[in-house]
Amino acid sequence: MDNPSPIVEMRGITVEFPGVKALDGVSFRLFPGEVHSLMGENGAGKSTLIKALTGVYAIAAGSILIEGQERRLRSTADAEAAGISTVYQEVNLCPNLTIGENVMLGHEVRGRFGIDWRATHRAATEALARLGLADLDPRRPLASVSLAIQQLVAISRAMVVNAKVLILDEPTSSLDAEEVARLFGVIRRLREQGVAILFVSHFLDQVFAISDRITVLRNGRFEGEYLRRDLDRATLIAAMIGKDLDALRALGSQRHASERDGTTAPLLRANGLGRKGSIEPTDLELYPGEVVGFAGLLGSGRTELARLLYGADRPDRGQVEVDGSVVHLHSPVDGLDHGIAYSTENRRDEGIVGDLTVRENLILAVQARRGWARPLSRREQDEIVRRYIAALNIRPADPEALIKNLSGGNQQKVLLGRWLAVHPRLLLLDEPTRGIDVGAKAEIQAEVARLADDGVAVVFISSEIEEVVRLSERIVVLKDHHKIGEIVNGPDVTADQVVEIIAQHDSGMATQEVSA
Amino acid sequence: MSEARAWLRRLVRRQYFWGIVAILILLGLNLIKDPTYLAIRTNPATGNLAGNLLDIVRASAPILMISVGMALVIATGGIDLSVGSLMAVAGAVSMEFLNPIANATSVGAMFAAVGLALLLAGVLGAVNGVLVTVVGLQPFISTLVMMLAGRGVAKVITSGQNTTAVNEPFRWIANGYLARLPVVFLIAIAVVGLVALVVRRSALGMLIEAIGINRQASRMAGVKPRGIIISVYVMSGVLAGIAGIFAVSSVMTVDVSRTGYQLELDAILAVVIGGTSLAGGKFSLAGTVVGSLLIATLDKTVVFLGVSAAATPAFKAAVIIVLCLLQSDVRALLRRYLTTVARRGPSGGEPASAERAKPEVPANREEVVV
Amino acid sequence: MSTISTATRPAWLDRLGHAWRTKRAALPTLAAVVIFIGMVIYGEVVYGRILQYNTISNLFVNNAHLIIIAVGMTFVILMGGIDLSVGAVIAFASVAGVMLVNAGWNPWLVMVLMVALGGGFGLLSGALVQYARVQPFIATLATMFLARGLASMLSTVPERLPEDSPVRLVHYTIKLIDGPRVNDLIVTPGVIIAALVVVGAVFTLHRTRFGRTIYAIGGSEQSASLMGLRVPRTKVLAYVISGSLAGLAAVVYTSRLGAAQNITGIGWELDAIAATVIGGTLLTGGAGYVLGSVVGALVLGLMTVLITRDGSIPPEATTIITGGILLIFVLLQRAVVGRKRE
Repeated sequence: MDNPSPIVEMRGITVEFPGVKALDGVSFRLFPGEVHSLMGENGAGKSTLIKALTGVYAIAAGSILIEGQERRLRSTADAEAAGISTVYQEVNLCPNLTIGENVMLGHEVRGRFGIDWRATHRAATEALARLGLADLDPRRPLASVSLAIQQLVAISRAMVVNAKVLILDEPTSSLDAEEVARLFGVIRRLREQGVAILFVSHFLDQVFAISDRITVLRNGRFEGEYLRRDLDRATLIAAMIGKDLDALRALGSQRHASERDGTTAPLLRANGLGRKGSIEPTDLELYPGEVVGFAGLLGSGRTELARLLYGADRPDRGQVEVDGSVVHLHSPVDGLDHGIAYSTENRRDEGIVGDLTVRENLILAVQARRGWARPLSRREQDEIVRRYIAALNIRPADPEALIKNLSGGNQQKVLLGRWLAVHPRLLLLDEPTRGIDVGAKAEIQAEVARLADDGVAVVFISSEIEEVVRLSERIVVLKDHHKIGEIVNGPDVTADQVVEIIAQHDSGMATQEVSA
Repeated sequence: MSEARAWLRRLVRRQYFWGIVAILILLGLNLIKDPTYLAIRTNPATGNLAGNLLDIVRASAPILMISVGMALVIATGGIDLSVGSLMAVAGAVSMEFLNPIANATSVGAMFAAVGLALLLAGVLGAVNGVLVTVVGLQPFISTLVMMLAGRGVAKVITSGQNTTAVNEPFRWIANGYLARLPVVFLIAIAVVGLVALVVRRSALGMLIEAIGINRQASRMAGVKPRGIIISVYVMSGVLAGIAGIFAVSSVMTVDVSRTGYQLELDAILAVVIGGTSLAGGKFSLAGTVVGSLLIATLDKTVVFLGVSAAATPAFKAAVIIVLCLLQSDVRALLRRYLTTVARRGPSGGEPASAERAKPEVPANREEVVV
Repeated sequence: MSTISTATRPAWLDRLGHAWRTKRAALPTLAAVVIFIGMVIYGEVVYGRILQYNTISNLFVNNAHLIIIAVGMTFVILMGGIDLSVGAVIAFASVAGVMLVNAGWNPWLVMVLMVALGGGFGLLSGALVQYARVQPFIATLATMFLARGLASMLSTVPERLPEDSPVRLVHYTIKLIDGPRVNDLIVTPGVIIAALVVVGAVFTLHRTRFGRTIYAIGGSEQSASLMGLRVPRTKVLAYVISGSLAGLAAVVYTSRLGAAQNITGIGWELDAIAATVIGGTLLTGGAGYVLGSVVGALVLGLMTVLITRDGSIPPEATTIITGGILLIFVLLQRAVVGRKRE
């Protein structure tokens, strides 16, 4: 199915933001009648590349060729005019309007008395038929159909505007297996019609099931373009995390499995804990003084599981026991009541309170526990501030600086300090070392080890598998919203083994492979 | 010398500095018309101070009350459009209570009237808070309804009459003098001081700001927004009640249609002038005080210069519009428009503006660049 | 309609199911109609003389201005915004208009100018909302105070129209049916104007891309923008429409009263909002019908009539009642829709 001439060609694309190069000389090609997947871990630059292609971001260097002609894409209107349509994870349609109207919005059929709805709905049915959805009633409100179908409606809309390139951004995150199968059926149908499809997903098995071609990005750079039939999973994962398998084999653990006699009770036990659309029912035990790592690729459910353990999200299945009694973790307050703290990976939206000072951010959780009527005395505040600015080496060491003016790494340290200050019994750290310089990383990792020695149960989540392997005593491996295994760490456990586990495991989320 | 300069620079940077400048300009305009405008005389009969400045200060008392309440509500990211109506409610309750009481010097009656008025105002404020937090209505619509209903409640309490009452202690609140200064202003300052004490000495101020700046992060940090937000609306209600007592006490009549009418804009304006952003977050009580004084000065100046008092809303609206434009950073908007025309050059796109460039694509939750 | 029909299910059930699925959004408006009819029946039974020509005529004649601003408010609320300035704009337009007529200007030109002035205020509101990113209620609150203040600067006393002014023609009574004594079915050009406005609004909202864009923005502004619709233009235009209709309402109202004053229209924005909400339009935007707002306006008008007839409810309670009704409807909307959105 190789067409020698790509419909979209991006050459040497560089996108810059103040202080950081999001994309550095990236190349990417899309061929008509092909499904091309874009893969990469956090910060790899996938979404930046798509935004560059759809005119949202300006490119600092490089060129974009569409059908052989260089084009400047300044807005999504330009991209759409060039035949590029995007369907996002959240669908981005208007739920209050009908299906037919959503498909035809902006392109309604007009008659003598304004919009001719009969003709418009007929045109909508034709567009839906192109995807095999002819029996969907276009007069139904969009909100009355499932998200999976809404997504297909969004795709038909893309076809109405005559897209030659269809970008699907994480389309399967909220779909069940049957809906994924239907989506893939639609994708194959469009592929046969000659549409070039850019498929972005972190579900490894799905990518392998549907793609013809795979491009891997890492840290804003082009790592490689592969034909799917030439690629195996393990190589792909290794490319994504940037280490080849041999190197991974050399990275072992620095921790020993904790010697636990069978009588130590777990601090926390989760039975069948799950939430629809984010994590399948999972069993887990956490012991005091033990560092447990959650390893897995992006979107495997690590964050979702941690959030359930804190109360940031409500589970709809299963239960949690703390010290042997069932607890209901319905809000962060519940988690904190039981001595559980969670350091978010999304520090911008859920972590820092930007206009407050470093001091106020540090004491926020402690103060919230005490309630507004019992303010921390100046002395108590100073104590906390002094201790954690020193322990975590927060720079600048000025407690009155506004946290929004600190670098990302230092913001992360302040957030860590916030949670250390409440003296939790279980600390869930989600990507605590992301975006932090090497020296600071080491400081935080040392702090984690110290916490465990003090008897705190620690959950350590990181996209860097080797970091998880190095620091944890026990590794929980997650993939595609499932816990697929646990490894008790030891000197002979290496990072590549975790990669192999992920690569080998078939979580049932994939559809049947397309025969070569 | 450099110390003074540093102090001056810090002063200028404070947002309400321009409010102070505006007050001075208005006073200056008055001075042009009447060079004796600022004179403070001593009333030979009572020994109390009198003069235009005193009038301004006395008029600012009710505005001060509702503005402080409004500042706290706006800081949480909400708004309270019902403050004017709650003033009327408090006035109605107090007048209705005092009206049948024969003893015109009863201090007990005065306290009872004040207590009842503030209680009802606080309850209605709590209703606002519950509608906003528990029911989840947008603040503007729930307080808009309360604005409508509140005035109706006031009318029902007085059966539509503009009830009057006679009670010396009550009348003294707005007309009396203490240490030669108007009591009403002293009470107002004391109340503001109390609020400032409660809000800044306890953790309430910080938690209010945290909720307003980043509600999600506050929630993740274990803050319970519900209780705090309801408390803030209760405070706004009680403060509006105090303002209503001031307003009614000065003439010992409640005008159920006019008392507090349209004063919510005054409150919003005072808060915004004082440097609190309408989007919520950090708030400044000192700035709100400056804003309230500015509004009182503006009211008096307009009348003094001969323009009809009914026209002052137009000036206030103009000021609000200008302030909104400034706060919304229209300059950045213009700058962005101009650079869009010239097209963004290399390294010219900041992520903030690049992501704000229409249409907005929501960042994939797990893909945060740095 | 489903292509695979189950032989056991009767066709009418299928049609009902289809109608339920597709027309469910119209349910609140249907409820408003039911409420209106209920009130009419109640009023006729309890007080009598409701269901007769002159009462019905007066209902329309006296509320024509409210219907017009309710239509304008519907546009804005459908989009997810709000316009608190309509009452004040009516005051300004009417005072300015009457003063210009008294100063000798061509009355027909003045009437057009009144509409244009309203549109000007709408433009200001729309620009503040769209370009300065001010929240709609603050922007229109400011516009409201501006208009009210400007009206007061023009005049604080009632301004009378000359007896023979063509402006009064808008209130010229046209007898449709001559009933016994005063019981006639009359209509005025004001009512006809209101009817035309309603027809125009229905057409715009359901048959033009502009109207559909308004619904789309109310559903999800971000999606509408990503779908390539002209969001900024539409938003500003909706506020211009609301303002212009307020100006038009000023013409209708002033011609009926024969005079204008700066305190006109106080609280009318709340009546317009209440009419819109009662009529089934979601305050959060995206759903609702103009015809519903018309019904809502009539409900409010009828409520006033019934309260007056009753005599036992003090007139000052009407504001509480209106506020209470508005609150109930808003809570109902929240309960029904809020659950879905959660």
